[in-house]
Amino acid sequence: MINNRLRIIKLMVFVGLFVAVMSGCTPEHPQSTFDSHGPVAEAQMGLFNLLTWIVSVVFILMTVGLLYTIFKFRARPDSKPPTQTHGNTKLEIAWTIIPIILLAAVAIPTVQTQFYIAAPPEGEDKLVVNVIAHQWWWEFDYPDLGVSTANEFHVPVGTNIEFNLESVDVLHSFWVPKLAGKMDIIPGKTTSMWFKADTVDADPSTPEKDSFYGQCAEFCGVAHSWMRFRVWVDEQDEFDAWVEHEKSLAQDPDTDLAEAGYKLFLTKGCVACHSINGRPDAVAVRGPNLTHFGSRGTLAAGIKPNDDMNLRAWLKDPNSLKTGTIMANEAAVYINPDLALTDSDLDGLVAYLRGLK
Amino acid sequence: MASISNALRRPTSTTGVWGWITTVDHKKIGIMYGISAFSFFLIGGLEAFIIRLQLARPEHALVSPEIYSQLFTMHALTMIFLGVMPLSAAFFNLVIPLMIGARDVAFPRLNALSLWVFILGALMFQSGWVFGGAPNAGWFAYAPLTSSTFSPGHGMDYYVLGLGILGVSSVAAALNFIVTIINMRAPGMTLMKMPVFVWMTLVTSVLLVTAFPVITVGLIELFLDRTFGFHFFNPAAGADPVLWQHLFWVFGHPEVYILILPAMGIVTEVLPTFSKKPLFGYPVIVLSGISIGFMGWAVWSHHMFTVGLGPIANSVFALTTMTIAVPTGVKIFNWIATMWGGNIELKTPMLYSIGFIFLFIIGGLSGVMHAIAPSDAQQQDTYFIVAHVHYVLFGGSMFAIMSGIHYWFPKASGRMLSESIGKVSFWLMFIGMNVTFFPMHFLGMDGMPRRQYTYDSSYGWDFWNLVATIGVFFLAAGIIAFVHNFFRSIRKGEVAGNDPWDARTLEWSMASPPPEYNFAVIPTVSSRDAFWEQKQTGTTIKENEGGTAYGEEGNHGIHMPSPSYWPLVVAIGLTISGNGLMYSFPAAGFGVFLTMVGIYAWSMEPATAPDNH
Repeated sequence: MINNRLRIIKLMVFVGLFVAVMSGCTPEHPQSTFDSHGPVAEAQMGLFNLLTWIVSVVFILMTVGLLYTIFKFRARPDSKPPTQTHGNTKLEIAWTIIPIILLAAVAIPTVQTQFYIAAPPEGEDKLVVNVIAHQWWWEFDYPDLGVSTANEFHVPVGTNIEFNLESVDVLHSFWVPKLAGKMDIIPGKTTSMWFKADTVDADPSTPEKDSFYGQCAEFCGVAHSWMRFRVWVDEQDEFDAWVEHEKSLAQDPDTDLAEAGYKLFLTKGCVACHSINGRPDAVAVRGPNLTHFGSRGTLAAGIKPNDDMNLRAWLKDPNSLKTGTIMANEAAVYINPDLALTDSDLDGLVAYLRGLK
Repeated sequence: MASISNALRRPTSTTGVWGWITTVDHKKIGIMYGISAFSFFLIGGLEAFIIRLQLARPEHALVSPEIYSQLFTMHALTMIFLGVMPLSAAFFNLVIPLMIGARDVAFPRLNALSLWVFILGALMFQSGWVFGGAPNAGWFAYAPLTSSTFSPGHGMDYYVLGLGILGVSSVAAALNFIVTIINMRAPGMTLMKMPVFVWMTLVTSVLLVTAFPVITVGLIELFLDRTFGFHFFNPAAGADPVLWQHLFWVFGHPEVYILILPAMGIVTEVLPTFSKKPLFGYPVIVLSGISIGFMGWAVWSHHMFTVGLGPIANSVFALTTMTIAVPTGVKIFNWIATMWGGNIELKTPMLYSIGFIFLFIIGGLSGVMHAIAPSDAQQQDTYFIVAHVHYVLFGGSMFAIMSGIHYWFPKASGRMLSESIGKVSFWLMFIGMNVTFFPMHFLGMDGMPRRQYTYDSSYGWDFWNLVATIGVFFLAAGIIAFVHNFFRSIRKGEVAGNDPWDARTLEWSMASPPPEYNFAVIPTVSSRDAFWEQKQTGTTIKENEGGTAYGEEGNHGIHMPSPSYWPLVVAIGLTISGNGLMYSFPAAGFGVFLTMVGIYAWSMEPATAPDNH
């Protein structure tokens, strides 16, 4: 009776722990590493799973051994003084050799995978993307296609994408968990990595196409937490269309309000940092290129949906979305009260920028 | 020329405030190390508590990102350099001379210097919170975020100078213990008869002496960059900022073993005592400890698997790192085998040591997972690593330190800590530890990077963050219970007697607390577990005639080193020069002058005052 109850309790504890551990794997989350969508992330997940199995078995064996020892050899009133053993050479050799064998077995796939993820396979087609990290946003350049964009970029499905990573200021790290592990970005040198996306949608359960999410993974200063980006994986024809669109010059403002916004854009100091292709007055490269800003899904480095309300809040006070940005600290409209944006200024700027499809 | 030494009259008091401030007695120094380091541990805990409250829910605005950067930077620095390291030093001081049958350390005044440089340097470090901002670029301080361009203000100067000054303390203490352990063992205590804690102290001290110079080079370079516009780490001038990462981790990985080896030493003393059995496989345990320390030099780049060093470097460092699992595993197996067949008493120190083994198994196994460089690219800089770090540093080092505190408290104070409160504190901390840190494995694999001051709800990280924060309340309750136990027991704890645990090593052969001179007669040792053997065979430890100084019968016949003001003067001089380098060069000059005066007067002062008998 008591034995039965004990067994049930043990079973419940075991099942409870198992459920708790398994509930930690949540592939549906936007940055879950358990949901690989390409060969690099799959290779990494494969190794992780192998290791998880091995360490789980080792953990259970060691813990059971530990607990058994404690319960079995607890001091009791009638315990005799224990035998004073000092060691056992055979046992000690055994538990030195067994881990060596286990580790040697793991070492082989480790080295193989390390070389596999270092560079895209020779002889296959590849697309080069240069990633230039800034405090706290991303610039994506396609040197072979003549396209430069910011904070969201597109890649064709099933193509090896090779990244050259550079930074203009401090260390950053480029990471799209569902596609590949991270690679640090180091000012003064170029690091590289690659991935291939096997599917166009990061989340198979969504009816609409969902993009892959990434973010900076190396502490890079005060707004590090909000240095995100998105990767859109397209079918080849969609991707080609996107490239053509990106190459086109910016749309002209199509309403009076947008026209007023454009004037403000030129006069309020925005052009000190931002460029808009086709506008000779707006060619600065310190901040994101805004030529097709209105066609992006997010703003402020991938942190909020790109809609009128968020854009207005962002322009009114960048700190309200993301503390510590260079725009809030250095742009004339935020540090000089005489130049501050009025409500009607904001209306115009929102209309103009959202119209840059 | 002894006139400067005479500028301050030699302190004579061995009691009262000045008795403590000028003491060179290793036991008093150990107690002061312990109390000050535990106080800093509480400060570091408070910093962690605020961090967890901030992360309890998405887009929480308890603290600003500027403050948050300082919090996580200072939490790590406080716990590592002001908490765990000096807590280990507290045990070195309290226990090592007693274990090896010595009357004090080799250089008692140098020991006092280490203590005061630590306390004043630590206060200077924390003073950044009040003046000009605490360090905020992470405890790893990766260039070029630490440059005066990206980190203006004095925050990172506190880092550079604070760590530099604390390094003086660590290196001086380490040299002291190397000399003490090599030269001052009781007759008959060969190296392979030393208690394992002494061995681990020796290995740790060698690591300290060899690792700190590396970070010191980096700190000097960073200081020159920040203060005088040098270009050691400035990529705009052609420097490679990865140089800093190499300097930092060549120091930083041995540092990890500096934090864990003393903990392993403590556990290795506690387990045999409460199992009533000798250590299983003593030579192998010692050899594993030495090889862990040695191999610690060949694995630093596993902190840099995502820096782009290339597949060859990553593979090599992956393999060397995996190799460390072997001696570590051997230690754990031997610990379990030590308990096997024993009479295990689950007193509080034993509970903490068993907790250590369990938590260290988890932390060690997740460490092996990080060694796999290609898959580590997914874990690097995520909460998975945060979980690992805390399983080995908190579950590892701190649980062992708590075990050591409960174990040696009776020896240091003469009174027992309450067993019932001790058990409550253990279970609260054990549960809190797992509830706080285990979910961080999930968060890391779910793509949550470290050092985020907040997160968006849409990423699905809310639940486990909340769980982790709830766990912190258990941890805090456990620590409060312990602090309560400490203050309660120091006043009205049960009187301990010489040997409350029926223990094995020499420190238990004398009164609790031990007399100032430790051993009335220096013992002669003939085996490991010298005191245990004496109890088993019913003989007394042989008294060593040669070690008996002339006229040692009775308390006042033994020549003990006299108290001194000069270590404190040197420590004050060093701290003034550190602050001066930030705020005023003339003040720095004065600090250097004061340091020089202190060193000169010290060297002219005899170790034992002539009139002190």
